[in-house]
Amino acid sequence: MDAWFMQHIDAYYLRIMVLIGINIILALGLNLVTGVTGQLSMGHAGFMSIGAYTAAILTLHYGVSFIGALIAGALMAAFFGFLIGIPTLRLEGDYLAIVTIGFAEIIRVFFLNFEPGGKAVGLYGMQQFTTFSLVMVIVIVVTLLNVKLLNSRYGRALYAIRENEIAAEACGINTTRMKVAAFTVGAFLAGLSGGLYSHYMGYIAPQDFGFMRSIEILNMVVLGGMGSIPGTIIGAAILTVLPEMLRIVADYRLLFYGALLVILMIFRPNGIMGDIRVYDLRKRWQTKEVETCSKS
Amino acid sequence: MQQIMKLEGITQEFGGLRALDGVDLEITRGEIFGVIGPNGAGKTTLFNIITGIYVPTAGNLIFNGQKINGFPPYKIASLGIARTFQNIRLFNRLSVEDNVKIGTFGLEKISFWGSLLGLPVEKKAEREAKEKSDRFLQMLGLYEKRHEYAASLSYGEQRRLEIARALALDPVLLLLDEPAAGMNPAEKEELMDLIRKIRDELKITVLLVEHDMNLVMNICERIAVLDYGRKIAEGMPEEIKNDERVIMSYLGDLGE
Ligand SMILES: Nc1ncnc2c1ncn2[C@@H]1O[C@H](COP(=O)(O)OP(=O)(O)OP(=O)(O)O)[C@@H](O)[C@H]1O
Ligand SMILES: [Mg+2]
Repeated sequence: MDAWFMQHIDAYYLRIMVLIGINIILALGLNLVTGVTGQLSMGHAGFMSIGAYTAAILTLHYGVSFIGALIAGALMAAFFGFLIGIPTLRLEGDYLAIVTIGFAEIIRVFFLNFEPGGKAVGLYGMQQFTTFSLVMVIVIVVTLLNVKLLNSRYGRALYAIRENEIAAEACGINTTRMKVAAFTVGAFLAGLSGGLYSHYMGYIAPQDFGFMRSIEILNMVVLGGMGSIPGTIIGAAILTVLPEMLRIVADYRLLFYGALLVILMIFRPNGIMGDIRVYDLRKRWQTKEVETCSKS
Repeated sequence: MQQIMKLEGITQEFGGLRALDGVDLEITRGEIFGVIGPNGAGKTTLFNIITGIYVPTAGNLIFNGQKINGFPPYKIASLGIARTFQNIRLFNRLSVEDNVKIGTFGLEKISFWGSLLGLPVEKKAEREAKEKSDRFLQMLGLYEKRHEYAASLSYGEQRRLEIARALALDPVLLLLDEPAAGMNPAEKEELMDLIRKIRDELKITVLLVEHDMNLVMNICERIAVLDYGRKIAEGMPEEIKNDERVIMSYLGDLGE
């Protein structure tokens, strides 16, 4: 199947699509934490690096199968998400943001000094197990599960925490427990995308998962529309493609990148899909139908 | 007569400020009980203690014979104590219907895997949430607006939505913090009928804080008066109206 894709799609585009897929998984995880539950996490790249390193070390040094390593990396990241979530999610807003930045920095410095992780050089020589079709399958499964979760009572409860934590508690929702759960699932998805990333690029180093990376992921969620699944997917796609398109302006890349973000936020302050609801669309669509009927 | 909620010597300190000072209170099952008092008397603080938002500095909270001191708010809610807030706290960017549905979430534990995989337990709980939301939105006259954002409702509608959400929990005790604030006389009349209906038909005990004396004297069977964190009087509306200390510290101010 992948051979077919490689034959018919330009390698450069295929590469961008794989990276979009990896970023969608990553951003959907953060969307659960920040977009849906309203907990500002600015260290998502930290969880990605845990997944990336765990999976890479397992396939390189322990001969673990790729799928096994991928799952192990995701579970390891989820475990850390859980551990860090318990004390930090009692904090609010800015405090939580600062603690998560700190956590991601600690992880980065840890890998910088971690012998089995190749210290500052990082790890290289991972086989390119991550294929386009595998990424697409995972993206579809993760998206469907996200949709399912957000439309369930669990998802409604997470939105309720974002909207008003005190009221959510008064409705009988154990907000601390649910915030930790969202954080754990978010970390799991980050770890999963990390494993895919390390086995696509073939090399990883601590600086791949720095603060800027965390901000980039956060941008995808904010740009697309906090809490919106289609929004997050669009956000991830745009912010993966944009830097590629901006290659032509070379040195001014970051400037353009920033300017585009500012412009988008001015015209759609709630994100691209932030204030669009399926119900509204359906209603609008239905009214149109009625109009055309009466005209004919 | 059966008491549903008992407060023993409840004291709440904020730094140096004593917001409540040794308050004793007994609420009987099935009554409409009013708490009145001047601004800053500690009425909302009392509600926050009953619902577990604050853990009292001293004193005991006994609900149905069970000591509930230090229970987290979500646990107190699932015991059947629901409330509304003085400064409205709705889930603004969710639909009116979702707001009420979320009100039922304390009834049945929300399962992550059940939700993710759409297991029958969750399906059933979702159906029940929908039924409850339809019923209470109709009762509160908000059914037509069920698909609007909570934030888009008028002030009076938002207050009613808070009540609908609280009723969705199937409470045995309902706490209303200034439900009539910002309502016009007609809306206040409706509110009085509604509160009576909640007690008579749904058999819910109502504890209510309100500044509107007409409403309080009309629907409450017993009233407690707080002043600077102390309970200065308790009794039937007629007794309260004629109580020397209450007139001096509170009713006098209101020009009654
Ligand atoms: N979290 C808090 N921290 C510090 N002080 C508080 C806190 N909550 C309430 N207070 C203080 O406790 C006192 C009682 O406040 P409370 O809100 O209970 O009054 P109230 O009787 O509800 O008044 P109102 O009629 O204005 O609603 C006030 O002096 C208030 O400033
Ligand atoms: Mg108050």
